[in-house]
Amino acid sequence: MFSVATFIDSFGPLLYAARYTLLISGLGIALGLVIGALICAARLSPFPALRRFAAVWVSFLRGVPLLVQLLLVYYLLPVIGIDVPAMVAAVVTVGICASAYVSEIWRGAIAALPRGQSEAAVAIGMSPGDIWTRIILPQAVSLSLPALVNELILLVKASSLVSVVGIMEITRASQAQAATTYRPLEVYIAAACIYLAINLCLAAVGRVLEHRMAV
Amino acid sequence: MDPMIFVQYSPILIRGFGLTILAWLLGTVFGMALGLVIALVQRYAPKPVTWVIQAYIEIVRGTPFLVQLFVLYYGGPMVGLRLDPLPAGIVGLTIYGSPYFAEIFRSGFRAVPHGQIEAARAIGMAEPAIVRRILLPLGLVSALPALVNFSIILTKETVILSIITVPELMYQVQRMSTETFRFLEGNFVLALFFWGLVEVISRFGRRIETRITRHLIERP
Repeated sequence: MFSVATFIDSFGPLLYAARYTLLISGLGIALGLVIGALICAARLSPFPALRRFAAVWVSFLRGVPLLVQLLLVYYLLPVIGIDVPAMVAAVVTVGICASAYVSEIWRGAIAALPRGQSEAAVAIGMSPGDIWTRIILPQAVSLSLPALVNELILLVKASSLVSVVGIMEITRASQAQAATTYRPLEVYIAAACIYLAINLCLAAVGRVLEHRMAV
Repeated sequence: MDPMIFVQYSPILIRGFGLTILAWLLGTVFGMALGLVIALVQRYAPKPVTWVIQAYIEIVRGTPFLVQLFVLYYGGPMVGLRLDPLPAGIVGLTIYGSPYFAEIFRSGFRAVPHGQIEAARAIGMAEPAIVRRILLPLGLVSALPALVNFSIILTKETVILSIITVPELMYQVQRMSTETFRFLEGNFVLALFFWGLVEVISRFGRRIETRITRHLIERP
């Protein structure tokens, strides 16, 4: 039967491990925002080679499952002589994967702005740099916030896959816990509860942001 | 890089690919069916029922697929639900996909102009007939692009089944890698393979989309 005591006891170690889930998804989205901005810029640039590169980058990272990407990086790094902790490799892989989605979110947000605005800015004599920093980017960034929060929720869930390369985040910790207690049902449901709590909080933040922008 | 290992392991790789496709097809079809039922129930059921279903949707969408599989495959036997890896994987894909499909159907139904349903009621069509002849045909067409898109996302989720030992492609590639000590090659080819697969399926999906939505394109 379902043992409530085991269920409640599982929360201790799993909540401790939750910091790594948050760390990986938080740093992952941060890295994804930076690389995603560069990829988005390359995609919108006037240079065909850069545009092509960005398109291949996005298509590869969105076409290959994250689990395969993680194992690829995990086995590739020693071969090319890069020795970093598994945690760093995981964050970088998650961040690179996120960059493909982030760049598409930003491209969409920029495309959603009415063309008339930049035309008007040109008409009143603003420089291209000013148009980007004062008209396009501020609006595109706030337009993209709900989608970015959504992406962060996806990353929290995707971070469960880094358990495969041995990082003690929630999923890996729950596997260890299930092995020592022999009560997988309680432990995995506890893990699911923690993920759900994190994601419901993030979704609430997303709704607030969306609401703010609608006004 | 030694291409011979792929030749040598081709029988199990092909079998693995077959299982990947099988799990994906069944998971997608069942997930869509469950999603459609959920969307219809959400539309017509009384309030308390919709709350329960809304909770199901939030729970499934708020938790990782891997953890859902662990609950089902390792936790299931504790409550008498004993499944082999492949059935567990297909059930897992069905459950995981159903709320996303349900939301896609829901927004598809919302895109059906309300006037058409009112008109159907006005000429005395019964509610089941309205669903069958107005809501479904019109709603499904507008849901199609999102349905195709999510089905493509599900192909990538199938690799996670390897973690609960479903002998699909990812699992067989890991087995090949462990036996030959060629971890990099196997995973590299697997990545290229999925890239190609996803590209092919998306092209194919776009073809179906343009075919089915032909009548919506306005001719000049």
